[in-house]
Amino acid sequence: MSFFSPSSSGKVEPASGEPMVWFSGMWLGIGLLMIVTLLGVIVKNGLTIFWPSRVVEVELVEGSPASIQGAKVLAGEVRKIQEKRIQSETGGTAREKQLFVGNRDAYGFGFRYLDEADIAKLSEPEGIVVAERVEYGDLIGYPVALKLADGEVRADDPGFFDRLKKVVAAGNARRHEIESIEKVQIGRINQRMGSLRLAERKAELEGRLTEDYRTGIAADLAELQRQYEILAGKAANLRAEQKSGLFVYRLPTGTEREIPVGDLMQFYFPNQIGFFTRVGHFFSEVWHFLSREPREANTEGGVFPAIFGTFVMTLLMSVAVVPFGVVAAIYLREYSKQGPLVRAVRIAVNNLAGVPSIVFGVFGLGFFVYFVGGSIDSLFFPERLPTPTYGTGGILWASLTLALMTVPVVIVSTEEALAAVTRGAREASLAAGASKWQTIQRIVLPASVPGIITGLVLAMARGAGEVAPLMLVGVVKLAPTLPLDTVAPFIHLERKFMHLGFHIYDLGFQSPDSEAAKPMVFATTLLLIGLVVTLNAAAILLREKLRRKYASSAF
Amino acid sequence: MEDIHPTHDSEPMTQPSSTVTSATEDGASAAPVRKKDYIQVRDFSFNYTPHVRVLHHITMDIPENEVTAFIGPSGCGKTTLLRNFNRMNDLIDGISHEGTITVNGQDIFDPDLEVISLRKRIGMVFQKSNPFPKSIYENVVYSLRVAGQRNKEILDEVVERSLKGAALWDEVKDRLQQSALGLSGGQMQRLCIARAIANQPHILLMDEPCSALDPIATAKVEELIMELKQQFTVVIVTHNMQQAARISDRTAYFYLGKLIEMDATLKIFNNPVKKETEDYISGRLG
Repeated sequence: MSFFSPSSSGKVEPASGEPMVWFSGMWLGIGLLMIVTLLGVIVKNGLTIFWPSRVVEVELVEGSPASIQGAKVLAGEVRKIQEKRIQSETGGTAREKQLFVGNRDAYGFGFRYLDEADIAKLSEPEGIVVAERVEYGDLIGYPVALKLADGEVRADDPGFFDRLKKVVAAGNARRHEIESIEKVQIGRINQRMGSLRLAERKAELEGRLTEDYRTGIAADLAELQRQYEILAGKAANLRAEQKSGLFVYRLPTGTEREIPVGDLMQFYFPNQIGFFTRVGHFFSEVWHFLSREPREANTEGGVFPAIFGTFVMTLLMSVAVVPFGVVAAIYLREYSKQGPLVRAVRIAVNNLAGVPSIVFGVFGLGFFVYFVGGSIDSLFFPERLPTPTYGTGGILWASLTLALMTVPVVIVSTEEALAAVTRGAREASLAAGASKWQTIQRIVLPASVPGIITGLVLAMARGAGEVAPLMLVGVVKLAPTLPLDTVAPFIHLERKFMHLGFHIYDLGFQSPDSEAAKPMVFATTLLLIGLVVTLNAAAILLREKLRRKYASSAF
Repeated sequence: MEDIHPTHDSEPMTQPSSTVTSATEDGASAAPVRKKDYIQVRDFSFNYTPHVRVLHHITMDIPENEVTAFIGPSGCGKTTLLRNFNRMNDLIDGISHEGTITVNGQDIFDPDLEVISLRKRIGMVFQKSNPFPKSIYENVVYSLRVAGQRNKEILDEVVERSLKGAALWDEVKDRLQQSALGLSGGQMQRLCIARAIANQPHILLMDEPCSALDPIATAKVEELIMELKQQFTVVIVTHNMQQAARISDRTAYFYLGKLIEMDATLKIFNNPVKKETEDYISGRLG
């Protein structure tokens, strides 16, 4: 207002409410800015881990303290450049670079900070190679030679890279075969041996264990043991083959080292490849992250079991929470006599949403796991005791615990949706001779479906991101098997599972090398957000479809 | 049951047997003899809560195959009485009543009577048209569906008969599977009438069925009501006195929860017995 003098603009009315519009808009803006910044940070950090950036070789000035094992040359990917405060009388700041130097087996660490003042020379050598290994993270160095059974190939030989590519591919194929033998085939034999032993134990418990039965089972076990030994021998042979060839490389610091070719998973020349190769590499890395199992205390490899576990758990939770919440809301809204008692119940339900989630975890552990699960075990699986089947954390109990935690959300939104169905609609149905239940079933519930789905969306958003209660009722750092597989009965609800939320916690705070795990934390966070958004988008699409169906109701 | 000597235990009740004299001039009502009283209300009082009494000692007879109109200012209890005939007021907590209502000799408050079977015999059309968010076809057959009828032939037949009965068949016969919510306001109300008569009830209750309609749609619905009385006993609540005069055979005037006067429509409009009725009809009251 002060821009206008009264003489030029005439009498200016005090803007009634105008400042309030700007004020409220400002707060919304701040909120949006924070959300966008958070998402931006997650997206940037989560995606850069997959981008094959260039590797720089650094020569340090004489006498700098940053050397690795006395060497003055080192190489790595620049991950971060930051200002730091100098600890001296003069004060001030200096810039430092964080280098991912890899070669954790040789150096004992994977990251190193370098003051820019200590750097004498920077270069991007063409010949440097980055290789992903089965153990110890990436290798960064110069290829020297391949020592194979049929002789040695030097790096300056023309056929060296084709040969290297071939042996790495062969190694990958062998690794898959070993995995298939050990996990699938031997796993199947172990499972059959386990069930034979259980059958024997069951017979013993029921007092019908005869000598014939015992010898029969012993014979079966011996046959399985024989098959196991054949497979184990095969796997051992393949493993030995994996160690047969050696890849010789020189570290940037000058030392020469060797690694079995079978331990290399893939390699690329970060300073040679063009943009499109880089993009291709990026997407293949993203795909590996999504589709593979974790390695090396979860800091390497993919997160597929965690995605799968989160997805299955959220679905199971939805399946459990919707009928429970809807039936409770129908009773509260349609059948119960509205009075002080129902009001108290409603307040209690709303407050249930404010109970700390860890309390639900404790309840789930005590009720579902120990009481319900323990009872199921003693009734249906006595032969397996003392090893619990359902009497320990599992995906079913985790889903039910989360369903219990999110049921208030579904009850509240369903109740609102039920209340929004007009009297006219109900009366029309009742006047046509429908019973109360027929009215609810045919008129009230279909019209409430969009509201129910809104509740489900909110419940999923809360449930999928929850970690604390899961730690008590079935989530683990590394689950050897998925809750769905090809072994009968195919759905194993008693199994423990991995979860993206817990994975974030585990990577960020429980891993031996938190610096190495940091990019994975961001990538996993991005993935979890993406998963929740996907599930919610699916529910919202469904709701819009149904809303169109019942749209423009003239009630 | 010929009710020639109705009981007069409630003071605002007038002689109900004058239909014979007036009906001949009314063109639409062709029956010169006193018809069977289909709904009998005897000393009926109704409370929303123990302290809020909205109907006071109503006694009336509603004859078969006639159109009976309830008129009166807003809040006089005419809709409440109408909604008692099919016990729609059961939805409200805290209600209580005294006296009896019988439909075809059956006490509708009999605890042994199933309210659903009562409602199957009584169709109702509401003030605001309220088709379900379903297809036109499903709207019409709703009462049969909830009764468990699955036979497609019967359902098809009912749809055609009811829509023809509601004078809507020609307009919607090609789009029966489309949503009922795409119809115009007048069509929706006629669809609601078709839905109400689909189960072939004996009585049709209409609660201001034309109040949300334009004059053309109103004319159509009125024409329809005149035809419906051949088969149904129609009770209609209306605020439009011309409408009551046009379509009804008998008219009941309510004021402050009391039945002031009930008689043949022509008599009520031309020569009312009570002063209050005359005041209302001539516009000096309400």
